[in-house]
Amino acid sequence: MTIKTYEEINRKIKAGEAVVLTAEEVSEMARSCSPEEIAERVDVVTTATFGAMCSSGAIINFGHTTPPIRMEKIRLNGVPCYEGLAAVDSYIGATACDPEKPEYGGAHVIQDLLEGKEIELEAWGKGTDCYPRKHIKTRITKDSVNEIFLFNPRNAYQNYNVAVNTTARLIHTYMGTLLPNLRNATYSTAGELSPLLNDPEFRTIGIGTRIFLGGAQGFVVWPGTQFNTSKPKNEFGIPVSNAATIAVIGNLKEMSPEFIQAAYFEKYGTSLFVGMGIPIPVLDADMARRVSIRNDQIETSVLDYGSPGTPKLGQVTYEQLRSGTIKVNGKKVRTAPVASLAKARQIASLLKKSIQEGAFEITCPVQMFPQHTSLKSLTETEGEKQP
Amino acid sequence: MIKRRFILNFPPDSGDKPLSYHLVRDYDIRINILKAEVFPGKRGSLLLEMQGTAANIEAGISYLTRHEVVCEPLEKRIRFQHEKCINCGNCTAVCFAGALTIGPPDWELQFDKSLCVVCELCVTACPLKLFEINFQ
Ligand code: SF4
Ligand code: SF4
Repeated sequence: MTIKTYEEINRKIKAGEAVVLTAEEVSEMARSCSPEEIAERVDVVTTATFGAMCSSGAIINFGHTTPPIRMEKIRLNGVPCYEGLAAVDSYIGATACDPEKPEYGGAHVIQDLLEGKEIELEAWGKGTDCYPRKHIKTRITKDSVNEIFLFNPRNAYQNYNVAVNTTARLIHTYMGTLLPNLRNATYSTAGELSPLLNDPEFRTIGIGTRIFLGGAQGFVVWPGTQFNTSKPKNEFGIPVSNAATIAVIGNLKEMSPEFIQAAYFEKYGTSLFVGMGIPIPVLDADMARRVSIRNDQIETSVLDYGSPGTPKLGQVTYEQLRSGTIKVNGKKVRTAPVASLAKARQIASLLKKSIQEGAFEITCPVQMFPQHTSLKSLTETEGEKQP
Repeated sequence: MIKRRFILNFPPDSGDKPLSYHLVRDYDIRINILKAEVFPGKRGSLLLEMQGTAANIEAGISYLTRHEVVCEPLEKRIRFQHEKCINCGNCTAVCFAGALTIGPPDWELQFDKSLCVVCELCVTACPLKLFEINFQ
């Protein structure tokens, strides 16, 4: 029985001898090889995703002026950013916007900065004895600020539902434009290539895992918000709806506009496409079995985004979704992705190459994620009671 | 309801006829003047967008023609900045004409302009705003 350690795999990576496959390649290999054979032959499997991840944003330290200002209201190209972090620290969220200009949001500010563009910073303070200045209007770039790093509290959802619309009216959602009367269905996960579906019980992904984030090396820093391990699973141990998530950090100054892209979803708002790749060490036959998961074994729920409470209308596999049509309520419905598989594949190959070349080492998590978590809802304690 | 654009060329003596009033009242056409060049006593021209049923727009145009206004239709086309596309697939969800498709083996967006019926749904569906309507 093969059992490998992180140290052994890293020694091979440094020597340029590691055998690395993408998650799609290993799934193909699994058609003819047993998990034990895969564990023997393969060291690392690369997974990736490139989708709109609304819970993303950047922490920025602007630097101090003379005389200094304690920024208590901050705008970047007119987009509000958080003002409650000391004098010149801020957080710009991807979905933040000026309600007058909803098409240009925090995601666009992040993208403009990443592309090297100048951004207008305007800030106000009340003026204090130690921070006398009350107003500043200036221009910044990613190189003029001290730090700018992405800190995304909820990314890379482990599976996500399929969106349809049974009502008679067209609706605009973060899952794209949903035509009336079940005329289309959209899905977002990269299926067998998706990071958290290849390590569904988090044996190797945890706090401290080094990842590919937006073209640079970043880290998993915490379980993501709404981290949920209690969602129903299918026979292959895959949750059949959106379940776990990760919080990630990475230096925006090192990232590339090729893997970070601002977006505006009609009548919804702005969001950020984030490119992410996670290497998974094939420690033993059990991990080999996990990374071998195929699109026909990964199922997800079809939800009606047109009806209150988004009722579940069915369950389909990614193989069916990728075929172009699924059946919902006995009706044939056309499918379309809303996340880029082409980009995810590009990231998985890039990550594979950097591991093969010894430029990217794998990390043993410093702490594993919690088990048995579930979600709480927000209850209304004030105001009118629902009838 | 459809939208169409026309360049209207008015003869020199048409200035006193309330033509646009009749378009709105008699043909139930919503009009939007996008550009106007009017020289009193001389020829004038308007770039006009009309919104209404196809039959009403057609009737409105023949009404104008009867009053010696020359109407040249402007054709709508979809303009697409393909080089910025991230292949997310959002636009393929709404393109029922089959002009925008994505699928195996490479999952890169294919755009067959000849199939486009200019329904304009991709204009709002693309989160990168890569589609624009062009009039030619
Ligand atoms: S305008 Fe309509 S038919 Fe033409 S490409 Fe866009 S969605 Fe397809
Ligand atoms: S929606 Fe826009 S970015 Fe996405 S595939 Fe279509 S054209 Fe490309």
